[in-house]
Amino acid sequence: MSGMSGAACIETRELLKRYGQTVVIDGLSLRIPAGQVVSIIGANGAGKSTLLTMIARLLPASGGTVWIDGADVSSAKPDALARRLGILRQDNHLAVRLTVRELVTFGRYPHSKGRTTAEDVAAVDDALRFLDLEPLAGRYLDELSGGQRQRAFVAMVLAQDTEYILLDEPLNNLDLARASSMMGLIRRLARERGKTVISVLHDVNFASAWSDSIIALRAGRVVAQGPPASVITAEVLREVYGTEVAIVESGGQRLVDYFT
Amino acid sequence: MLAALALVAVGLIAAYLTIGVQGGWDFVLPFRGRRVGAMVVVGAAVAAATVAFQTLTSNRILTPSIMGFDALFQAIATVTVFAFGQAAMLRLGTIGNFAISLAVMLGASLALFWSLLGGARRSLHLVLLVGVVLGTMLRSLTLMLQRLLDPDAFLVLQGRLFASFSGVNPTLLWVSAAVVCGAVTVLFALRRRLDVMTLGRETATALGVGYRATTLLVVTLVAILISTATALVGPITFFGLLVANLAYHLARTHRHAWTLPIAALLAVVVLVGGQIILEHGFGQRTLLSVIVEFLGGIVFLTLLIAEGRRR
Ligand SMILES: Nc1ncnc2c1ncn2[C@@H]1O[C@H](COP(=O)(O)OP(=O)(O)OP(=O)(O)O)[C@@H](O)[C@H]1O
Ligand SMILES: [Mg+2]
Repeated sequence: MSGMSGAACIETRELLKRYGQTVVIDGLSLRIPAGQVVSIIGANGAGKSTLLTMIARLLPASGGTVWIDGADVSSAKPDALARRLGILRQDNHLAVRLTVRELVTFGRYPHSKGRTTAEDVAAVDDALRFLDLEPLAGRYLDELSGGQRQRAFVAMVLAQDTEYILLDEPLNNLDLARASSMMGLIRRLARERGKTVISVLHDVNFASAWSDSIIALRAGRVVAQGPPASVITAEVLREVYGTEVAIVESGGQRLVDYFT
Repeated sequence: MLAALALVAVGLIAAYLTIGVQGGWDFVLPFRGRRVGAMVVVGAAVAAATVAFQTLTSNRILTPSIMGFDALFQAIATVTVFAFGQAAMLRLGTIGNFAISLAVMLGASLALFWSLLGGARRSLHLVLLVGVVLGTMLRSLTLMLQRLLDPDAFLVLQGRLFASFSGVNPTLLWVSAAVVCGAVTVLFALRRRLDVMTLGRETATALGVGYRATTLLVVTLVAILISTATALVGPITFFGLLVANLAYHLARTHRHAWTLPIAALLAVVVLVGGQIILEHGFGQRTLLSVIVEFLGGIVFLTLLIAEGRRR
């Protein structure tokens, strides 16, 4: 059983994660083409983070395979993979005290192996600018607000400059304006730099407005995958979240009204 | 910072070699030179091993001694005397004792590390836990056996239970120096990868560092360093905690390019300085570990309190 032809994509087949008897990711087969803005939605505990960390080989799978551009992740060379795929995790805890710039510079490690060149400094500056962090570059992470820290960790992933970028809840702790500009940034990464960005989002309206494609998970299985028009429907969302919502069309976009 | 520390270290070594020498240079110099050599070798070994160990465990209060290296060393000496008598221990000589201690300590620690870290997601903390339990068991066994020894045998044994830099065998010193030099060089070559390891398993993996392979390599080097230092001079890990934390404090960074050499130089300063005080202040009437821990502790607390005021 081999991966896809040569097509640029992330593919999983029969991906399985089990903790004891509990199945968390249930034989999941997916194909995510390159160059898109992809969102993953699903209730708490649906398996979104588990899926992302398994794709990024941070968590060993109990079964099945992940391919990135046709190469099996479990046997890929760690440093080669780190130049193709970067991940922002949901929880970022550090045992050491670092400044924003030091943290973002670590994102260059797959390229620099710790010997920072002018090119690395340029990439770090670029990531800091992209996330509006230049004024905070010299500050220690423990001296930042939650949203500022979140942006610093995103900047580290950007500095890694990988083809595939996985972001687990990138909007965590961000205010309304910052959340919008983060989504705008994600779209620019795809359109201007040809990146594939896969984000876990909780706000279905952000997912609806900014994604090329949405993957809806429930209990470790894919309920729906496709463009927002086909996933953001009352039926799918009822199945995903187990709650009734109304869909409103506004300015050509489908918005979810979950207050009524 | 490094240069200043290096200067202090060299100054102290020169002072130690020359203080109060009245004639008889060709007797005193090689004698003291050997002691200083042992202090440099042991200091560098324990300091580098402690910094690397703390990076792996993401913990600034753990030292490799928690794994029971000291306890194992004392148990080996005690069992030797108990089972074969003090004559056997004396007959084995310095080199024989060194070889046996080194082989057993290295063998036991590597067996522990490699068997427990072999699995896919085994954690270093499990290894620590097992190490602590084994260390405690060994300590009780040692105590029990020592109670059963006759006073003469106990006297012979006691000479080996505390760290001592006097009477270090020159051949062993050269062997240890070569081993420590090699292991410290490898650790220093790994410094950038160690920097990434401070970010934790997941982030290090995401940045392309083979976490498990690096962990195994580093714990192996730590085991080599601590076993060699302990086999050479006795239970000696006490100052690792002090110099590692002082080094983080002085370096103001977690980059191993700085913390490793600063900790090693601090260790030399602390040991040689302590030995000078021991010989000339106390006339050998106490233990080096007592001086180092007491005075070093005061220095460290003063630094911490001064830092707390400035914040
Ligand atoms: N180490 C573990 N041991 C046992 N069960 C686990 C473990 N880690 C996660 N789980 C379970 O796996 C399921 C999926 O977890 P996951 O973190 O992927 O959810 P998620 O979709 O990211 O949720 P959230 O929106 O809350 O972040 C949950 O039911 C969780 O309880
Ligand atoms: Mg999650």
